This record gives sequence, C-alpha cells and structure tokens, in this order.
Amino acid sequence: MGLGTDTAGMLTTEGAERTVVGQVSPNWVTTRLDFLVNWARSNSMWPMPFGTACCAIEFMATAASRYDLSRFGMERMGYTPRQADVLLCAGRLPFKLAPVIRRIYDQMPQPKWVISMGACASSGGIFDNYAMVQGIDTVVPVDVYVPGCPPRPEGLLYGILLLHKKVRGETMADPALRRERPLMPGDLRIPARLIDELSEPFGNSIHQTRSA
Amino acid sequence: MNATVDSLRRAFGDKVGRALVSCGQTIVYVDRSSLAELLRWLKETPDEAYDFLVDVTAVEYRDPELPLEVVYQLRSLARGAELRVKVELPKEGALEVESVVPVWRAADWLEREVYDMFGVTFTGHPDLRRLLMWETYSEGYPLRKDFPLRGRFSRAEQVRRALAANPEANYSLEELSIAQAQYDLPPDMRERLERGERGSIPEPKDERHG
Repeated sequence: MGLGTDTAGMLTTEGAERTVVGQVSPNWVTTRLDFLVNWARSNSMWPMPFGTACCAIEFMATAASRYDLSRFGMERMGYTPRQADVLLCAGRLPFKLAPVIRRIYDQMPQPKWVISMGACASSGGIFDNYAMVQGIDTVVPVDVYVPGCPPRPEGLLYGILLLHKKVRGETMADPALRRERPLMPGDLRIPARLIDELSEPFGNSIHQTRSA
Repeated sequence: MNATVDSLRRAFGDKVGRALVSCGQTIVYVDRSSLAELLRWLKETPDEAYDFLVDVTAVEYRDPELPLEVVYQLRSLARGAELRVKVELPKEGALEVESVVPVWRAADWLEREVYDMFGVTFTGHPDLRRLLMWETYSEGYPLRKDFPLRGRFSRAEQVRRALAANPEANYSLEELSIAQAQYDLPPDMRERLERGERGSIPEPKDERHG
C-alpha cells in the first residue's frame, strides 16, 4: 500500500528532470503565499463522491448532520467532476467502471486529490476475482487510503484530515506537483509489472481456481 | 405427479424427459429441439397459463461428464403454480438453444446474462450481446467451471483492456434515444441501428417547434 503520489510522481517524471524542492529555493514570498493558498484549498474541498457500494452509505452518514462534513467546508457535493476537488471513491471498482473513473478524474480541474475509501477501493478487498480492479491506484493516482470495511465516519474524517495535512505541505515551488501526463484510453498509469505486483493476492485472499 | 407434466407428456410425447419434485418444485427436463414451442404452449394453453417468466439461468456441474443445463423458471400468476423447465446441453456439442424472447419479452436480458456468463447462444435472440461484462470482454465466460476465478489475463492486461473500452458505447439501443449520439457509436452498433434491428432511429426533436 506504499504506492502514493510519491511513487506515482516519480514514475510520471521518469526520464524527465526530477524537481527537487530544495533546488528551487522557496523564498519568504512563496512560503507565505503557499500558506494562504493551502489554507484556502484545504478548507473548501469540494468532494466528487464516486459511491459504488456500501462505503457510500458510510460516506452519506459522514455527510449527514451527526458527523457533518460541512465543518471542513466539504458539504458541497460536486456531482459534476468539473466542479470538484476531491474524488472520493467509496466502494469497489469493477473493471467495467475503470474507464469511467479515469474519465471523471481526467475531467476534474487541477488541483485535485483522490481519497480511496475502504478496503475494496484500496486493494480489491474480498473481491479478488475476474471482475474487480485490485485497488483504484492502478487506474488513478491516490492521495489518501482509508482502511475499513466499510470505514466508520470517524475513519473517513481522519482520512480527510490527513489529506488536509498533505495539502498544507504542498508548495507552488514544486512544478512536478500538478504535472499531468495525458493518457490515451488503453494507456496504463503505472508500469504493467507494478500493477501485477499490486494486484497479487495477500492476507486471506485465496489464490484459487474453481476447477481445482 | 403434476397435472402440467402429464399434459405436457400428452402433447409432446417423448420430447419431455424425466420429471422430479425437489423442495416442492416440479422440475421437468425437455428436449432442446422443441423447447421454444413447448414453452409457448405452456404460456398460451389456457389450462397452464404460465404467463410469467421468473428467470432464465444456467447450471454447470463440476463433473465434466454432466451436461450444462439451461433453466427456465415459470410461474402462472392466475393459478399461482410454478414450474421449472430444464434443457440439457451436452458440452461436446454447440451450446445452442432457441431463444424465447418472442414468447416472453422478459427473456431478453435474462438470456443475454446467460450468454454473457455461460456462453450459451440463444438462436433467434434479437440482440445477443454481453450484459454484465463489457462488450469487448474477451477472457471467456466467467461462470464456466474451467474459468479461473481471477480471470485468464494478468491483472495489468485486464486493466489495460478495461481502460481501452469506451464507457459510452455500452448503452442498449433502447436507452439510446438521443438520435445525435449515434455518430459516436461503434460501427457495428450503428449498422444494427440503421438496419432497424431494434425499432427505428428517432428523429431529432426540434425544441423550437415542439
């Protein structure tokens, strides 16, 4: 599960120059501006809920009055990807929906982040079968993984707060941060061997054939 | 045993195979050659009146010697009677059976699902495409016993093929009521639409005059 944007960022800039933040030398102005921009961004993240399964029920509970997402400036659900900042994949992702989530991610304007909510979205969960994507990070880059089956609203809120923390650490002095490589329909975001490795059976998922 | 089975035997003779009762359900095996005719008879004969097709599904047994079965679950809403009709398809031969969409419209998607999951071809089906998996899915038929649980291809290849599919090309022709969208369709579907396989292409409605 160690494959976050760090690895992804490294992979997307493969062959190109790898920007080291230290070389760009963020000065007093950029750090002050970063602070302001990141403060604004992290306090008004508009989620784009991509709810496919039971995690979406917990997400609805998180958005409802008891847990109240509006405390974090997130009550405005953007049901169009063009007006959203955070793609919140709540639930398992079948292969049939992989091009859909890819398109939704592509339609979101930068800056954008992705939360993978629950075991199925993060790793395929119990669905280690022919129909399910084994972790949405094989299709779109993911910033925060929220474990759980499904996670409680507290778990999701903790994930959101982690994302806030991550956003507050971003700097505009890093040009690689928002660099996006356009992908054609059949293109893979990460190398094929990495997808195979990420999709290996683990834990109590059983590597079996039904004719056995 | 069951009045329906008895009258089936009288009407179709040796086309009707063995019949048994399991968990209160009457199961009757029939020959595939007269299946559609027999099911139509079951629906249209007033004394039977099995007017509701509950489900079409298939069973493959683990024993490779046993044939694959296509199962039709029928119900008569008026009489409250149920009947399960099974057809045996030996695996050596072609997995083909006549479509019952002309008898019950409900069979449309049910037969597509059986085709998608088991690879049974329903001859005479107006629009036999995959239903659950996407149309360009090429790994085989997932519910067959020889299909590995995780699929035939590597995960990377599966992701690549899934991402290459066009998510907008998977609408059924009925769902496609917007005439303008037809130019974005794959050529084979456009050809089927133009041939009038499913209704006619709707004329674009002019909002100003409508």
